Amino acid sequence: MTEVLEEKTTKLVNLTIDNLEITAPEGTLIVDAAKLAGIDIPVFCYHPKMEPVGMCRMCLVDVGMPMRDRDTGETIMEKGKPKIQFGRELQTGCTVSVSEGMVVVGYTEKVKKGRQDILEFLLSSHPLDCPICDKGGECPLQNLTIGYGSGESRFDLEEKQHLAKHVPLGDLIWLDRERCIQCARCTRFQDEIVDQPVIGFQNRGRKLQIVTFSEPGFDSYWSGNTSDICPVGALTTADFRFGARPWEMQASASVCNQCSVNCNITFNTRREAKSGGDLVIKRAMPRQNEEVNEVWLCDKGRFAYTSVKKDDRLTQPLIREGETLVETTWEKALDLVAEKAKEAGKEMVSLVGGRLSNEDYFNINQLTAHLGGKSLLNSEMAGGDLVSQVGLGTGSNIADMGQGDAILIVASDLEEEAPLFWLRVKQAAERGAEVIIANARETRADRFAKYKIRIAFGQETAVILSMAGAKEGIAVEFLADDAKVKAAAKVFSEANNAVIYYGSDGLGLSGSEELSKACAFLLSETKHTGRPNNGLVAVWNKANLQGAWDMGFRPSETLAADLKNAKFAYVVGNDPASKDILEKSLKDTDFVVVQDVRLSETAEIADVVLPAQVYTEREGTYTSAERRVQRFYPAVPAPEMTKPDYKITAKIAKRLDLSLEKIAASLVFLDLAEKVADYAELDYVRLAEVTEQWPIIGRDDLFYGGTSYQNTQGLGKQISPAIETETIKYEAFVPSVLSKKDEFLAVPVTTLYDRGSTMLSSEVLQPRIADPYVILNTADAEKLGVEAGVQISVKLNGKTANVTAKLDDSLAKGIVLVPRSMGIPISDPGSITIKAK
Amino acid sequence: MSKVDKHILLRHHEIPDIANIKTYQADGGFETFRKVVSTKMDPVELKNIVHDSGLRGRGGAGFPTGLKWKFVDDNNWPHYLVVNADESEPGTFKDREIMEKNPWQFFEGIMVSAYAISANDIYIYLRGEFWELAHVLDEQIELMKKEGLLGKNLFGTEYELNIFTHLGAGAYICGEETALLESLEGKMGQPRVRPPFPPAVGLYAKPTVVNNVETLANVSLIVEKGANWYRKFGTEKSAGTKVFSLSGRVKNPGNYELPLGTPFRELIYEHGGGIIDDRPIKGIMAAGASSSIIVADDKALDTPMDYESVPDVGAQLGSASVIILDDTVDMSWLINKTTHFFKHESCGKCTPCREGAFWMTSLTERIRSKKGTMEDVILLEDVAKNIKGKTLCALGEFSTEAVLSAIERFPDDFDAQVNK
Repeated sequence: MTEVLEEKTTKLVNLTIDNLEITAPEGTLIVDAAKLAGIDIPVFCYHPKMEPVGMCRMCLVDVGMPMRDRDTGETIMEKGKPKIQFGRELQTGCTVSVSEGMVVVGYTEKVKKGRQDILEFLLSSHPLDCPICDKGGECPLQNLTIGYGSGESRFDLEEKQHLAKHVPLGDLIWLDRERCIQCARCTRFQDEIVDQPVIGFQNRGRKLQIVTFSEPGFDSYWSGNTSDICPVGALTTADFRFGARPWEMQASASVCNQCSVNCNITFNTRREAKSGGDLVIKRAMPRQNEEVNEVWLCDKGRFAYTSVKKDDRLTQPLIREGETLVETTWEKALDLVAEKAKEAGKEMVSLVGGRLSNEDYFNINQLTAHLGGKSLLNSEMAGGDLVSQVGLGTGSNIADMGQGDAILIVASDLEEEAPLFWLRVKQAAERGAEVIIANARETRADRFAKYKIRIAFGQETAVILSMAGAKEGIAVEFLADDAKVKAAAKVFSEANNAVIYYGSDGLGLSGSEELSKACAFLLSETKHTGRPNNGLVAVWNKANLQGAWDMGFRPSETLAADLKNAKFAYVVGNDPASKDILEKSLKDTDFVVVQDVRLSETAEIADVVLPAQVYTEREGTYTSAERRVQRFYPAVPAPEMTKPDYKITAKIAKRLDLSLEKIAASLVFLDLAEKVADYAELDYVRLAEVTEQWPIIGRDDLFYGGTSYQNTQGLGKQISPAIETETIKYEAFVPSVLSKKDEFLAVPVTTLYDRGSTMLSSEVLQPRIADPYVILNTADAEKLGVEAGVQISVKLNGKTANVTAKLDDSLAKGIVLVPRSMGIPISDPGSITIKAK
Repeated sequence: MSKVDKHILLRHHEIPDIANIKTYQADGGFETFRKVVSTKMDPVELKNIVHDSGLRGRGGAGFPTGLKWKFVDDNNWPHYLVVNADESEPGTFKDREIMEKNPWQFFEGIMVSAYAISANDIYIYLRGEFWELAHVLDEQIELMKKEGLLGKNLFGTEYELNIFTHLGAGAYICGEETALLESLEGKMGQPRVRPPFPPAVGLYAKPTVVNNVETLANVSLIVEKGANWYRKFGTEKSAGTKVFSLSGRVKNPGNYELPLGTPFRELIYEHGGGIIDDRPIKGIMAAGASSSIIVADDKALDTPMDYESVPDVGAQLGSASVIILDDTVDMSWLINKTTHFFKHESCGKCTPCREGAFWMTSLTERIRSKKGTMEDVILLEDVAKNIKGKTLCALGEFSTEAVLSAIERFPDDFDAQVNK
């Protein structure tokens, strides 16, 4: 079967487009075949990521076919060449597939006239407001008007229709109804690509208008993409509208650091008077990487840059004098830090967050090791060591997965935890991959999953071990006998390729560790390791947790005690004091150094505070959950007195007689590659390599793929997992069982729009933030006399909070979902008390 | 055997009580369906009979019905039969009369057709205004279930057949078969890109035959009496009779079932009683608002009304909704009406129709309000030409027919309207 398919898909046909002889796979649309050959056919409604609809009619071409003798079926020849018969009418290049001997012509007067006519029709209802339109300068309609438009309008301007020009479709997207050319790219994107048809057309004919059906409006994590693919200035984003002109801006390649997918982005920057003459970021755009984010971004990633404020930045080293922190010089601060570190020696700990660069982690770990201290990671997920053993094989691309492959999602609300992973798995499912979901509640990924195993919170490890057929030492027979689990296990085991995504839905650190072991074991048992499109993906909740693990950092079950007992804590890029228990511990730590970009709660109680740089101000690399190492570049200048983390660490190290690279991130990376085996073959030049990608987007023809940027600064490199021959041993253990002494068990879950610092500090994203809430089972709520949307009082880990009650039928009785970073601190599942008010 | 006298479709003229199921059955009604199902007749044989009869689609395109049925993909199941009862072409009112006055023959026709394409479900898509009729059809469907004519295990065989009615929401475009299917699926009524055609990918992406009410109402009698019997009516290439919906400036408007090939003159003057006040005839629209306007000279009046001959006078037979225009009708007024109609009904999916119909309307408005110049008329003609051949479906194409023919064939009417 697969052979037949392969043969079918690789069958090539010969044709000519504009007299150029080309070969293209059978079934390729004319517009795509032309694109491959370097010939532009103008389009508005067609987009290479979506099904063709033939609506705008701009891609008119003349299509001829070889004539055949009616009786013999043979090709009729004329002057030694097949005689070509052209159709009576022009055809749309986006709806016709290429075939053997086809002749496509796009340069004749007839074709040109056809396209001119379509353009004239479009302009008859389009306003002439290019000078104030955000799309001006990168607008397909504007560009094609220059190519095909008439110098003057035959349509009476007085008869133009006037429509609302500032319609908020949602909090993030504004619609200008006059500019819309009804190409349906936005509505098709929401429907076809992200399965969330919350916008659509209303009315008909020239009254056809885009409206939103959701409450709140345009309720989707993906709305920003519609602005990229909108071929006119009808859809604009809340952050950028009337903000700048495209030609005034520079482009800087970067990598999104909101989650562990590490989407490729481009920051557009401009030096402007209204920002005091500073070079500032005006918008974030997707940068094509077909192995990571294709040409898409989630809204949080797109708008996250707006959370960085000039005013709340740390710009000067601070040193404690009694109750207050006072400004000091770098020399004094570093001297003091080095002195205290030396005193602490082995009794020092470094505690890092999940968003530092690999270079930062490397230097910090080197320094910590030099002193004999502990390299700790402030994270509630585990398994990075196993990912480095059985992570995705080199050359993995989820876009290559389909028929015959399996993808297992366990303990993860994938769209909330890593939106692009959700999208990529959805597409794999559409190509025929069997998606298995083992979750304790319904998620949006259920919609495309073939096997939905509904487990109880706490059974995550058990279900995976059941699938692996592990018998001894675990009391999970009830799952192994489950018909669905059996069927899923069979599919997973027999799949050509199989990938596991494990997340943090309902799990704390210990649960995560057990689950990661079980997942690695299942992959090893089923031989889904060490090959492309096989292996383990930890859906980390921070951008570079995998990098932190790779550089030697580990989370600690006893973090509070570790801090309490330490004589010196070097806290970089995280805010432990925002958690009560850690704050108490830190107060017992003899000396606390905080290295960060903002005055965090931890910084406020620190002895020395060192001002670091935001990732948009410097160079570095991240390692994604798929273990792809990617470079990010500086987009804007850093405040004068700040330094990148790796440099600050190197300066401390120097005072402790340890020589670490500090000149440039690229040089740190060379050291890193020498000492960290998995990274041995990498350097900044290799990471900047680019190969040809399909679809071809981001060139002069913005009409084809939208305004996503072409990738010229590097696709990154996926590093190979350690395992090629060895297998993962499974040490029998009894998975911890969630005890439920009280009536309700609180479990931590992730929501993309939380109340974390990114959301709270961004004026653009703020309207999308929900009030603090928990989710209850409907029956439980009824018993408590709680209705959806009312305020309730919850008590968790000794803290009481007033939150909104949300209800969910799919939830098991007695379970209360507590979103992370939503106002109620939660790290592990535990008892919760609920009172109706 | 069913009695057939002057009419094949409008048989209520001869059998006034034929809408009563007992009367219809007494006349041999449902015997063909019973025979076809109970003898497990080969569907291929049925397709061949209909193909050989020369029956062509009565919805407007005149596509050979049997050939369409043969395109149904037998490697993809299930199959659906969808009856196009959207009857929305201005000037067309034949399907309604068939369904109201001769319902059982209509039903038997669609039931035999469903068997022929191996479909177990029939959807009758009715225009929204037919809600009263839909109610009656629903009652009749219930009655047929009780009579054992619908449902499972028909006549002791394994064959199952169900009929469902579905009301549109008042859109002309839903008479276009792929827009109809979209609407039937609960989506916005907009045409699909073709190919693939419905017999390959139709309702719910399954092989589907979409046929007009009138087309299918012929089928049971064709199967009963044979292809050659049907070929006795009409012309060689346009077999059978056709219900002509006659309207406009005639004394006796109405539905007239006549053999295809009957000249316009006979329809207008013999059956229609001639022009009101015996005024001179000026033009003929043979296919409702979608028509080119035929100059009603002697040559046109003597032209046989069939699929091949009407193009000779620069028009199409279409659904044969014949609108008569006399010398009181100003063509600039007329195309103002048709362009307004098409502007209102354009679904908006493709650019030339959406924008072009809008533009043409504003130009005809200007001309009608005597604010236009000859340049506006020239522009109008050019806009219509620019729409033609570039639209996604036929609706956009149709919107230009009256405009182009009016300007070309009746220039005086425009001269009189514009400022010199």
